[in-house]
Amino acid sequence: MSQKNNPLLSSRRTFVKGMATVGACLPLIGALSPLAWAGELLSSKTELSGSVFDLVIAPMRVNLTGKESIATTVNGLLPGPIIKLKEGDDVTIRVTNRLDEMTTIHWHGIILDSGMDGVPGISFPGIAPGETFVHRFKVVQHGTYWYHAHTLAEQTGVYGALIIEPRDASNDMTFDRDYPIVLSDWTDENPVDVFLNLKKLGGYYNQRNLTASDFFDDAAHLGLGTAFTKRKLWNETRMSPNDFSDVSAATYTYLMNGHSPNGNWHGMAKAGERVRLRLIGAATATFFDVRIPGLKLTVIATDGQPVKPVVVDELRIGSGETYDVMVTIPDKQAYTIFAQSMDRSGYACGTLSAEKGMKAAVPALDAPVPLDMVDMMGAMSQQGKWKQMAMQHKPNHSRDEYGAGVDMRVDYPRVNLDDPGPGLRNNGRRVLSYADLKSIHTPRDTRPPTQEIELHLTGNMERFIWSMDGLTLNEAAPIHFRKGERIRVIFHNDSTMIHPMHLHGMWSDLESPEGGFQVRKHTIAVQPAQRVSMLVTADAEGRWAFHCHLLYHMAAGMFREVVVA
Amino acid sequence: MKLLKSLTLLSMVGGLWMSSALAEGMKMQGQVMGGSMQGGSAPMGARSSDYSDGYKYRGIKGWEETDTIRIDKVLADQTEYRVNNHGNNSLRYDTQAWRGTNYHKLWLKLEGSDELTTRAGNMELQVLDSRSIDSFWEFQMGVRYDRVYSPSITRQRLLAVIGFQGLAPYWFDVEPALFISDKGDVSARVRATYDLLLTQKLILRPRLEINAAMRGSSQFDVGQGLNDVQLGLRLRYEITRKFAPYIGIAKQQQFGATANLLRTAGGASNNISLMTGLRWWF
Repeated sequence: MSQKNNPLLSSRRTFVKGMATVGACLPLIGALSPLAWAGELLSSKTELSGSVFDLVIAPMRVNLTGKESIATTVNGLLPGPIIKLKEGDDVTIRVTNRLDEMTTIHWHGIILDSGMDGVPGISFPGIAPGETFVHRFKVVQHGTYWYHAHTLAEQTGVYGALIIEPRDASNDMTFDRDYPIVLSDWTDENPVDVFLNLKKLGGYYNQRNLTASDFFDDAAHLGLGTAFTKRKLWNETRMSPNDFSDVSAATYTYLMNGHSPNGNWHGMAKAGERVRLRLIGAATATFFDVRIPGLKLTVIATDGQPVKPVVVDELRIGSGETYDVMVTIPDKQAYTIFAQSMDRSGYACGTLSAEKGMKAAVPALDAPVPLDMVDMMGAMSQQGKWKQMAMQHKPNHSRDEYGAGVDMRVDYPRVNLDDPGPGLRNNGRRVLSYADLKSIHTPRDTRPPTQEIELHLTGNMERFIWSMDGLTLNEAAPIHFRKGERIRVIFHNDSTMIHPMHLHGMWSDLESPEGGFQVRKHTIAVQPAQRVSMLVTADAEGRWAFHCHLLYHMAAGMFREVVVA
Repeated sequence: MKLLKSLTLLSMVGGLWMSSALAEGMKMQGQVMGGSMQGGSAPMGARSSDYSDGYKYRGIKGWEETDTIRIDKVLADQTEYRVNNHGNNSLRYDTQAWRGTNYHKLWLKLEGSDELTTRAGNMELQVLDSRSIDSFWEFQMGVRYDRVYSPSITRQRLLAVIGFQGLAPYWFDVEPALFISDKGDVSARVRATYDLLLTQKLILRPRLEINAAMRGSSQFDVGQGLNDVQLGLRLRYEITRKFAPYIGIAKQQQFGATANLLRTAGGASNNISLMTGLRWWF
């Protein structure tokens, strides 16, 4: 088998328990029918560049948890190869499906024709088993992006970094080192089973439910009355203040560039060097809170778009988002890149150091903090100017939000962006918030919006139904964007969970609470009980996907088709 | 005894109150600072969620069924061996299963017990059409089949069922139901359970069940009025979410005409049982 002779893969061939490597790699299909596809695996290089690419999606045996399991991988790698494009190039990417089910690759954040976008059922029928689809597009942007399957195969390994160099390299900053940091979540379970478990028991993977001893602790410290009051609203509304993530380390192993914490990804970085880390939120159901103890992170771009540099200790990255951060290595020490899951059930980590074996301490997980009242009551539990500003909005729920599919509505959502989010508030570190992100370039389209679309992010956590305006994908009609117009989309989060909302094919220009332009993104994480708006120029004719980027929320129905016509 | 009786009556009143609240459409509203965060119905003039301008949804390949997926769940809440203070051993089972989509399901409830020594027992099967009428509540209608048997005799009857099942504020699982037998006898039942998490895996579940009948049915050991109250306490350990062994204790007390019927038949009108069993689902 060709992989056996491949130095990269064979050097990774290890079945050491818990080792992170995508060990070794007898492709399943190969094992069943020898050499059926190995011959066409043109490259298992971890990095591909040029203008013509061949990608093969195939099953592969991996061992990320100490137990052998089957992944779906791109070119035998997990994550798939780093694809390097150049702005201005016409590229051809041939994607061959060697799975026994339909799959696709979507180019996340890339501006292209809708037929090339890789969403089955919207862009094209999907890639049937054994077939090849040729994506052709002109690269009109640069920065850090990624690609992933727009099917459940995203959970099992079909994702990777997509890096686009600027046409004029002098536009880019220079770095001594440049690493994509692909953060993802892995489970040995079949993603279909994960989804079914959630549908049968919404809290299936939540292992941080409030217990009796939590109550007694509170009662001992705060008094019985306060302990009771603290839980009153949560208990009355049947909401859990500890429900941060649908899926947790109960089944997930968190990965950094395909390495589990035991496998510990390593990036070379020497004293005095300036390093760009391209953080990519490639997890299907996990927000990561990322920091490097001992180093400041200078955030220089998000979702491929440069922002005014802002120095922080920590940032939260949602599924679908990317952040470019710059760090300067001050000394000969090793540094740990620490990415803990938002629910504090686990972490991914890796090391930056001058030598491969050199490691720094891995910090302990932060103690989990429950959701705040502001995450349910929005502006009701705020003070001062934000409260005043938010209370001006009249509740505007859709008539479909009053049914059995919706368990909560927020009448007065908060509108401020300067909140790093639940679990990160007042943690003693300087944590990035969306208020810190200011795009360097302002949108060319400065017209005021001529169409306004209000979408409420809704759900029922007990029934694991997720929807927009109370309707799931198959219950709803598409959203029509009038072609050529500037459109305001308002997100109003009627749930206690964060939803990273991703519109395909067009930029999402996030507005500040005062109504000015804040930052250009392709994925906007809307916090619990928050209301934010974005402007979109509907210049991309065709049909596009628009959804929450948490895979199981999308599967449960928080998904719309957008028609630009 | 008196205390138990008055407690029982209180719970019964509570249960009935809840049933009537349910019957009014389960508008359980978290009345919070003047707003209603949950339930209710759309105000006049609430905005439409249709932004399609007539463009039709065409179905999205690969995702056409995920949000409307049909799901099957089987939950064996009780599969247990019991010993009571009169020296009787029995096996008891209480299983619910459903098949359906988000808002509409076929719901089965099967429960019963078998005396190991006397080989007498009873079995009850409900076949229900279940509709989600509220964020936390199902409305259920269907039939119930009862079978009471011993080596010498078997009796059966058919009842119509109308009931609710759902999650009340403060996380109580509540299941009130009304039954009308083929003879026209009306009876009612309220069940409530609560999961008290001692740890994430060790869970103490109190359970209360109250049965009452408008008219007696001696063939089924049912007297007029309050029939019985069952209090259970089960401590389970979730080895996995889907597999949890438990131990427990239960007290059952019959009242009034029902108690008399039982005593006449040579039975006891109250008993205390110890049990061990398995709770499992898939």
